[in-house]
Amino acid sequence: MSFLDIIQILDSTIRLATPLLLACLAGLFSERSGVVDIGLEGKMLVAAFFSAAVAAITGSVWIGLLAGIAAAVVFSLIHGLASITFRGDQLISGVAINFLAAGMTVLIAQDWFQQGSRTPALTGDARFGTIDLPFADALSGVPFLGPLYADALSGHTILVYVGFLAVPATWYVLFRTRFGLRLRAVGENPGAVDTAGVSVVRLRYAAVLICGLLTGLAGAYLATGLAAGFTKDMTAGRGFIALAALIFAKWRPWYALFACLLFGFLQAVSNRYSTLDLGIIEIPNAFVLALPYILTVVILAGFVGRAIPPRAGGQPYVKER
Amino acid sequence: MDKLPKWADVALIPAINLALALIVSGIVVTFIGQDPFEALVIMVNGAVGSTYGWGYTLYYATNFVFTGLAVAVAFHAKLFNIGGEGQAQLGSLGVALVCLSVPWPHWTLALPAAVVGGALFGAAWAAIPAYLQAKRGSHIVITTIMFNFIASALLVYLLIGALKAPGMAPETVRFPEGARLPSAQEVLAVIGIPFSRTPLNVSFLVGLLACFGVWLLMWRTRLGYEIRAFGHSEPAARYAGISPVKITMLAMLISGGLAGLMAVNAVMGEQERLIQDNVLGAGFVGIAVALMGRSHPVGVLIAAILFGALYQGGAELEFETSVPREMVVVIQALVILFTGALDGMVRGPLEKSFLRFSRKPKPGVPAE
Repeated sequence: MSFLDIIQILDSTIRLATPLLLACLAGLFSERSGVVDIGLEGKMLVAAFFSAAVAAITGSVWIGLLAGIAAAVVFSLIHGLASITFRGDQLISGVAINFLAAGMTVLIAQDWFQQGSRTPALTGDARFGTIDLPFADALSGVPFLGPLYADALSGHTILVYVGFLAVPATWYVLFRTRFGLRLRAVGENPGAVDTAGVSVVRLRYAAVLICGLLTGLAGAYLATGLAAGFTKDMTAGRGFIALAALIFAKWRPWYALFACLLFGFLQAVSNRYSTLDLGIIEIPNAFVLALPYILTVVILAGFVGRAIPPRAGGQPYVKER
Repeated sequence: MDKLPKWADVALIPAINLALALIVSGIVVTFIGQDPFEALVIMVNGAVGSTYGWGYTLYYATNFVFTGLAVAVAFHAKLFNIGGEGQAQLGSLGVALVCLSVPWPHWTLALPAAVVGGALFGAAWAAIPAYLQAKRGSHIVITTIMFNFIASALLVYLLIGALKAPGMAPETVRFPEGARLPSAQEVLAVIGIPFSRTPLNVSFLVGLLACFGVWLLMWRTRLGYEIRAFGHSEPAARYAGISPVKITMLAMLISGGLAGLMAVNAVMGEQERLIQDNVLGAGFVGIAVALMGRSHPVGVLIAAILFGALYQGGAELEFETSVPREMVVVIQALVILFTGALDGMVRGPLEKSFLRFSRKPKPGVPAE
């Protein structure tokens, strides 16, 4: 494995980690407010479709992005309606959202484009272009760090940088603002928040909306940044890997960054090598792909640092009458 | 006090929920430029209009009976087993190993062995999440989701490695002739009833037996009582001396075993070799089936046949119109949404109106 290989793997790690990271932070907001969300996958998928479809029709990736976010927010509102307003089962609602997205995207794709449940390939302004970080060219000559900066960190689309900036932003909102304090409180003890005269329902809806916004970005990045158009089931379990990363990160933003980079790295490695030869043993590709899930189960089992979810997660809040 | 009479809870609410799901589906069909009534006619005709349609409908229904019962048993213990998909995949591995390891002389011997193999492998795959839930408090929904992905990775690994048949496709060799289950066509021909060639096979009867067995277990045995008691209230069950660890483990083992049985129908009865995607989402359909069937074996059977008809009707719809097969996935999602998550939307107003109607006669006892 040469230095160039390492740079290329790091480059694709960053690209593959971005949708995971955005979806993971989305789940972080939702679950910290006490709304469990296993529908991240569906929301990403519906955002991926609408961003690609609208970008293909209008020729503008920015209008596509807005459409993708709007679609994910609508799905978030369905989840909110079921789990906050009607106090239904949040897990079942999440399952329904995933299927609704899987079915609707194919249905609408076939109706709009008749290209076998995909959108036309996006070109030019209908995709996100790459951005070179300042001094990337000038610094590329510096040994070791130069290529790392110029080839791995620089030259991604804007949503990649948005994703990485969303980490400190999430940390700030959750841990340094009044809104964040209340949001975390409502996920631990909604009764206390209610007693303090703050609306539980409004806070949870706010969290669910932020979740929709971020999954919208994640889905739009998948279809207009990472790929050039929508294909059926293109999220391919990323929503669940993001969920795994969220548990792996124990519902904390900075840990989420490292978890997503790790899982992105595993994806990048398995994309590149069909079997991983470590000299002593050969690791099959299937194992590398399953590793995020296995690691998450190990973490959940509590043998290596226990993951404790927000206490009120999954339970609808019933005000005493 | 029950706010609703039993018939309303068991029949009326599911019917309203299903109607809502179908109305929204109709709107979706209208939006993509088809006449919803015409679509409905095509689907109903395709599903139950011929012995061919019935054959496929009941074949799919058999899969959904097993996965639906799996979810239902776990529901009774208040456990949400979302891992039916992975457990069914492991079940398919168990069934395949049983079928391939012995040169079976006759299907009557192979079938019981395959049932045991599928159930054992499915139960084993549910055992780890169950243990982690019971002993370590890891949420079973998350662990079973993870185990779905691990199961499919495991199957991919085995089918391009140890179990792969010579050739390009990632699949095992064909099962021996003695492990072939008789189809409905062959069975019904014996008593002189003509039936089209469909994948429907004797596993359907295994499915009916499983329904009866689950009813027996849940309502006629001590274990079933303990599972239901545990599901109603964990502290009360604990106080009555019921071990939460034991019930969680047993309920999930039974659940996983039932999901694993699906492979007897799909892998042994239809595909006759182990392929990669042999479950095709049936594990998730089980969730919708259990929700609609109110976790009762009779309800599960009816809901499974309904979903079987939907799947077969959806295939016909794709064949005859431009509506893709995924329409069924949308309907399935809406059924889960309305019967599972938005149940309170229907139940709340209904409870109020029932209370109002049942109160009225009381003060003014008939004057006649």
